[in-house]
Amino acid sequence: MTTKTKILTFVQKYTMIIALVLVTGFFTWRTNGKILMPQNITNIISQNAYVFVLATGMLMCILTGGNIDLSVGSVVCFVGTVGAVLMHRELNMWLAVLVMLGVGLLIGAWQAFWIAYVKVPPFITTLAGMLIFRGLSNVVLQGKTMAVTNAKFVQIFGGGANCYVPDIFHGEGINLLCLAVGFTACLVYLILTFRNTLSRRKAGLESEALYKVAIKAAIIVAVVMFFTIRLAQYKGLPMALIWVVLVVLIYTYITSKTTVGRYLYAIGGNETATKLSGIDTKKIYFFAYSNMGMLAGLAGILTIARLTSAQPTYGQSYEMDAIGSCFIGGASAYGGVGTVPGVIIGALLMGVINIGMSIMGVDANYQKVVKGLVLLAAVIFDVVSKKKNS
Amino acid sequence: MSDNILEMRGITKEFPGVKALDNVNFSVKRGSIHALVGENGAGKSTLMNVLSGLYPYGSYSGDIVYEGEVCKFSKIKDSENKGIVIIHQELALVPYMSIGENMFLGNEQGSKFAIDWDKTHAEATKYLKIVGLTESSKTLIKDIGVGKQQMVEIAKALAKNARLMILDEPTSSLNEADSQALLDLLLEFKKQGMTSIIISHKINEVSYVADDITILRDGKTIETLTKGVDDFSEDRIIRGMVGRELEDRFPKRTGIPIGDVALEVKHWNVYHPVYADKKVIDDVSFNVRKGEVVGFSGLMGAGRTELAMSLFGRSYGTEISGTVEIHGKEVKLHSPRQAIEAGLAYVTEDRKGNGLILTNPITVNTTLANLKGVTKGGVIDHDKELAVAEKYRQKLRTKTPSVLQNVGNLSGGNQQKVLLAKWMYADPDILILDEPTRGIDVGAKYEIYCIINDLVAEGKSVIMISSELPEVLGMCDRIYVLNEGRIVGEFDKDDASQEKIMARILSTDSAAKENRQ
Repeated sequence: MTTKTKILTFVQKYTMIIALVLVTGFFTWRTNGKILMPQNITNIISQNAYVFVLATGMLMCILTGGNIDLSVGSVVCFVGTVGAVLMHRELNMWLAVLVMLGVGLLIGAWQAFWIAYVKVPPFITTLAGMLIFRGLSNVVLQGKTMAVTNAKFVQIFGGGANCYVPDIFHGEGINLLCLAVGFTACLVYLILTFRNTLSRRKAGLESEALYKVAIKAAIIVAVVMFFTIRLAQYKGLPMALIWVVLVVLIYTYITSKTTVGRYLYAIGGNETATKLSGIDTKKIYFFAYSNMGMLAGLAGILTIARLTSAQPTYGQSYEMDAIGSCFIGGASAYGGVGTVPGVIIGALLMGVINIGMSIMGVDANYQKVVKGLVLLAAVIFDVVSKKKNS
Repeated sequence: MSDNILEMRGITKEFPGVKALDNVNFSVKRGSIHALVGENGAGKSTLMNVLSGLYPYGSYSGDIVYEGEVCKFSKIKDSENKGIVIIHQELALVPYMSIGENMFLGNEQGSKFAIDWDKTHAEATKYLKIVGLTESSKTLIKDIGVGKQQMVEIAKALAKNARLMILDEPTSSLNEADSQALLDLLLEFKKQGMTSIIISHKINEVSYVADDITILRDGKTIETLTKGVDDFSEDRIIRGMVGRELEDRFPKRTGIPIGDVALEVKHWNVYHPVYADKKVIDDVSFNVRKGEVVGFSGLMGAGRTELAMSLFGRSYGTEISGTVEIHGKEVKLHSPRQAIEAGLAYVTEDRKGNGLILTNPITVNTTLANLKGVTKGGVIDHDKELAVAEKYRQKLRTKTPSVLQNVGNLSGGNQQKVLLAKWMYADPDILILDEPTRGIDVGAKYEIYCIINDLVAEGKSVIMISSELPEVLGMCDRIYVLNEGRIVGEFDKDDASQEKIMARILSTDSAAKENRQ
């Protein structure tokens, strides 16, 4: 390989990370470093928690062949409504959470059934769901706002003023628990990475060069530690971050390590071949859309906790945030390509642009224009670079 | 000079990493039929794409001289305006539009803002008559057969005032009778002064219809044969295509004992999934023994693929009836999964469309049909998966820099090996190989044959569906002949010959026609 093609493949592989770094750099310059202030970093996470969760679920749908779920915004709203009503009636908070997740899952399964087994196109099924659940939320709330007053619920799911993991070490001016967690996470990551690489080499299997693995690990550790310190300087770990990290870890595992994950990619790559390989493709579709419903339920929980209320207008255009993050994060509009970490980077990029422009005082309408252009640019890049490859 | 309508001089066309055409010279006499033959990847289609302007002037080097002037086509429209019309292998007709609408698509009659439909259909009718179709020009394309659709393509070309017509594999999806009609039509056009270039794999058709045959190999012009001067026999042409005498094309298989019946199919009937009253497979019964290679021969559309897919977990057709016994025990196979578990594997003829995930690496493709072989409790062991893929890479000698390479980057022969690896890893007792050597070069074919021999040596049974009679004769212990969904003959290796099989197909073909009348 010539140096030129080497650089090209590098840029192609890490486009979105490079873009994220550049965009962050740009806003750091334009906002005099305000964007990297502890509070803003905390905000990027808390404000976008729902995007991370929804985008992860959306990825599963998109993997099956570029299929999207338009209903998630309305499902978020409806699940939130159900939760607010239940807690208003003094139902135990954990029970309410279970019901909310269950309702999300049921809605997902309802749509998944039509999509997987009756072959109604996902676009239409979920467009219908978008209308149905928006309408139902309005009916239940009668157009009004319902406050969520359960303080414990609000705190645990990342809302209110005190939505941080309490510092059990009682650090002065800095959150010691946050530091400890960040440090441990890095350590575990390093151990796992090197153990994997070494065991692969030992077994004589293909693996990346050791120095590459080391550089990658060093960068990741540096970034994680930087943000850990920033968070620790503010109020510590936001509760929302805990839920997001949990979702990301679980779904990264599912997509990369389990058979279900493998089949999602396989269907998007070539559905007939997958079917003829003895795989029940309907089941996989059913999984993707039911799961999307459940994650929309979780996003609903996070939303009403953060906003401490339920309103019939909540969740509007959330589906677009999720879909946009997926495509910006490298998912293919034809399916079969995309990763959870990629999608998270896509969502982060959007989040950074959002908050950066807000700090700069850019008009909200212009913010939409910029986000639209970023989405278009990302997909153009994807399509063009693929064309060049073939 | 002047008797050549077209001369292509020193054409070189490169794709990243590949020289598709290397200093190709090609001239066509006015009013002749010129055939272009060569193996897959020899550069036939590339050459025609250069001529038609699909690869614009500047993307290749060399000159195109047409009617005595050097042409610099930058798009297809440019060459069409000069009367050069290409008819592609895949029919480019819109099924839900009428014949007339299709014929003038992109060439609408009347003005841009007011299409003159009366003129459209009047003109269409005129050209349909020339190609011998009696259909109304308002008939929808989807309602006429493939043979007639091909005729519509030709009528469409005529409507563009074609003076040089290029036909890329025009008969590949036609049956014998339709092919004959098409070739005769070309001869008729020749009498009226039309020049045609025909690309075809069917050597017998080429020697029937062509005045000159140009042979391409590896992007180079090898030779041009002229009727009446050179030998037009099949052997002679094949020798030019492959560059050597074809001996020992099939590896010997000796001393493999043929055992008990492994698969027995009785009274198998299948109906078409869309046209429910059309019987695709009609009362088919056959068996395959352990250690045996059984061939299924027949024309395109005889129902071979449909038979195989309907057996493989009812992947094709409706209202399937009949019984299947594997190792003497009746099995009911309602899904590919059940078929795989019963020990059956179907290796598709369409490896890109139905077989492989081109955007995924060799590892993923190898384990797809038997993922549980490398998983524990639903979790994939990536190291084990790598090891499995590596094992089959070595065993089948797949040429690739790494098993993490995407399958789409491999050559046809190596893709076929990955597809075989996938099904070998599923460890079936009976493999149905549908056109296992389609579109791959001679060397890779030989390797595939060796793999087949290894499989039966391990005690497996192989059903081989193939359109290439020499291959069926060279590889199979027993041959069934299928025609129009029925088994019309069964031959043992020793008393089968190309002539006998063809005769059986043709006699039943005409018998079937008589029955219909």
